[in-house]
Amino acid sequence: MGDFAGAYQWMNIRFLLEGLQVTLILSAVSIVFSFLIGAVFGLLRYMKIPGLSVIVGLIIDIIRNLPLLLILFFTYFGLPNIGIRLNALPAAIVAMTIFESMMLAEIFRGGIQAVDPGQMEAARSNGLSYGQAMYHIILPQAIKKMIPAIVSQLISLVKDTSLATIIVLPELMYHGQVLYGQNSNYMIPVFVALTVMYFVVCYALSLLSKYLDHRLAA
Amino acid sequence: MMWQIFRDNFGLFMQGLGYTVGVSLLSLFFCLIIGTIFALLEINPKRWVRVIGKIYVEFFRNVPLLVITMFFYVVVPRLGVPLSGFAAGAIGLTIYTSAFIAETVRAGIQSVDPGQMEAARSNGLTYVQTMRFIILPQAIKIIVPPLGNQFINLVKNSSVLAFVAGFDLMYQGNLIASNTFETTTTYAIVGVLYLIITMPMSYAMTYLDHRWSGSVKEEE
Amino acid sequence: MRRLKKWLWLLPLLALSLLLTSCGSNSLAAESVLQRGKETNSITWGVKNDTRLFGLMDISDGEIKGFDIDIAKEVSRRVFGQNVKINFVPVTSQTRIPLLKNGNVDAIIATMTNTPDRRKVVDFSDTYFNAGQSILVKKGSKIKSVADLKAGTKVIGVQGSNSVQNIKKVAPDARVLQLSDYAQAFTALQSGQGDALTTDNGILYGMSADNPDYVVVGKTFTKEPYAIAVNKGQRDFLDQVNLALKSMRADGVYKQIEDKWFGNIAGFSDRSDK
Repeated sequence: MGDFAGAYQWMNIRFLLEGLQVTLILSAVSIVFSFLIGAVFGLLRYMKIPGLSVIVGLIIDIIRNLPLLLILFFTYFGLPNIGIRLNALPAAIVAMTIFESMMLAEIFRGGIQAVDPGQMEAARSNGLSYGQAMYHIILPQAIKKMIPAIVSQLISLVKDTSLATIIVLPELMYHGQVLYGQNSNYMIPVFVALTVMYFVVCYALSLLSKYLDHRLAA
Repeated sequence: MMWQIFRDNFGLFMQGLGYTVGVSLLSLFFCLIIGTIFALLEINPKRWVRVIGKIYVEFFRNVPLLVITMFFYVVVPRLGVPLSGFAAGAIGLTIYTSAFIAETVRAGIQSVDPGQMEAARSNGLTYVQTMRFIILPQAIKIIVPPLGNQFINLVKNSSVLAFVAGFDLMYQGNLIASNTFETTTTYAIVGVLYLIITMPMSYAMTYLDHRWSGSVKEEE
Repeated sequence: MRRLKKWLWLLPLLALSLLLTSCGSNSLAAESVLQRGKETNSITWGVKNDTRLFGLMDISDGEIKGFDIDIAKEVSRRVFGQNVKINFVPVTSQTRIPLLKNGNVDAIIATMTNTPDRRKVVDFSDTYFNAGQSILVKKGSKIKSVADLKAGTKVIGVQGSNSVQNIKKVAPDARVLQLSDYAQAFTALQSGQGDALTTDNGILYGMSADNPDYVVVGKTFTKEPYAIAVNKGQRDFLDQVNLALKSMRADGVYKQIEDKWFGNIAGFSDRSDK
């Protein structure tokens, strides 16, 4: 179970890198969509628009409190019931986006709320519109506060892409499982490779967070 | 339709729910112990102790739970330590979540005014005594709401047991879905059962958070 | 108001249940596979890619290879013509029926047994392969046949496969552990998670051929006629598939494919392919 030389021949490394590529595509696309949708939902919930904010809040709370795995099954097996048929990659992107955007929405709302509400009043009484005050005064401060939580969530997103192995998406985890499934001597080398690859991607993200933190704090 | 599937498979759903709650509580218990230990290591005055804490936390926060769990399910038994799917899942969940809990506890402790440590020490208390009687009791109020969120994450993440035949709610849901061919309906029931555990927890934590600190923090 | 708020969390549960139960039926899978296949000159099969001999990913070139794959290619060409574009979507025993019903795949050829339960939700072609369920154990195991699977033993199977249903009837006292696919199941057996792995003999021989430390023991204790599954209401396509299967047997191509995959598999002679 520890044939490192055999496991790390180029053919197998290439196979794992192909998986990593799918993992990165899935992560990147989901991050972009989650960020946008999360920001909109977070704001909508924060703004306390009668009716709408309650509904948005309920959607956020339902999705946040479900396992991602379940949402993945819903998008892959359930969405076709309402006429939306997706292959494994788009299904995984939709599932990741639905789940992570709602997690991010709560972070956004929390961040905005944590900025002193007095500032909004001060800005408004100085003649700024609600939108202007939000964009120029509140959001820049809120984002600074939110960065660690946001990056932490994005790291979770990258790690969670491994769950898509269950719907046979050819991402990193799945390719790893295929490799050691075909030759049990590759098991430990494959686990080492999987750990290193995921760690490098995730740790790079957390270094980015520290960098941004420094830049914004300065 | 939904009701019929629920009734026909009531025993399996309840067994799954039991395993999910069981593994979550079990892991939470060990997570709290391990998480607190590593949080204390991370703020220890000695540098090399801090490094140990840091390595543990950074490592397990940056590796997928599924990789850790599968490692305990398929690799560790071959090294001579037999572990069932449930055990592998519980260990994976504990190791993974304890890294997050360590961060939560550390942040809580560090938010207590450091002047208090000095004051207590200069009044003759040891480091351990100060931690135990002065710092930790104050930190707990700050820590509890985010810990609640970690517990919710734990319940959700326990679905990883489905990958290792751990008999949890998601596993039973998969079996029922493949036997009845009613995939969407089965997973809808599974979803409602998860929400019954997580939703009240979630609202309770928001309430506590508002009451105790007023600020809303969110961390996975 | 405050008392009301306490129960507010029930609302999302209600909303979710309503949303999900109101989901209508699905039109994508109802389109004629035969007509669409002819228009687009393509067909999509759900196949295994973790099952040696039947459908296995070849890491060196990324292609899925096996008996099911070759049969699928031959059937596609006979139904739609030599130049038809053939797509393969990897499925597991758990995902294959939902994917067929949803229209992600046009047909399934994935070590799938024709059973009465499944006939309620999908239609099957004529049998293209006769398998039978058996068990795989580590060489030297005390378990010599399915009769030895008594209380206290653990049997590994795959979610959504017919074999886990069968084993519960044949060995009711054994504990059944169900994993997501055959690669995971065999890995779990090698890691000592169970005392035996049960599924159809063809799949087990594939595992054993590659890992001689594991052997198939005992006779087959069920009959598992493998067939191609399509959605209900695809009668015209199914007739064409059956015709193709019949002509393949008549002109010897079926025999060629069979020999290519099973010709060298020792112990695989108790198969009564009639």
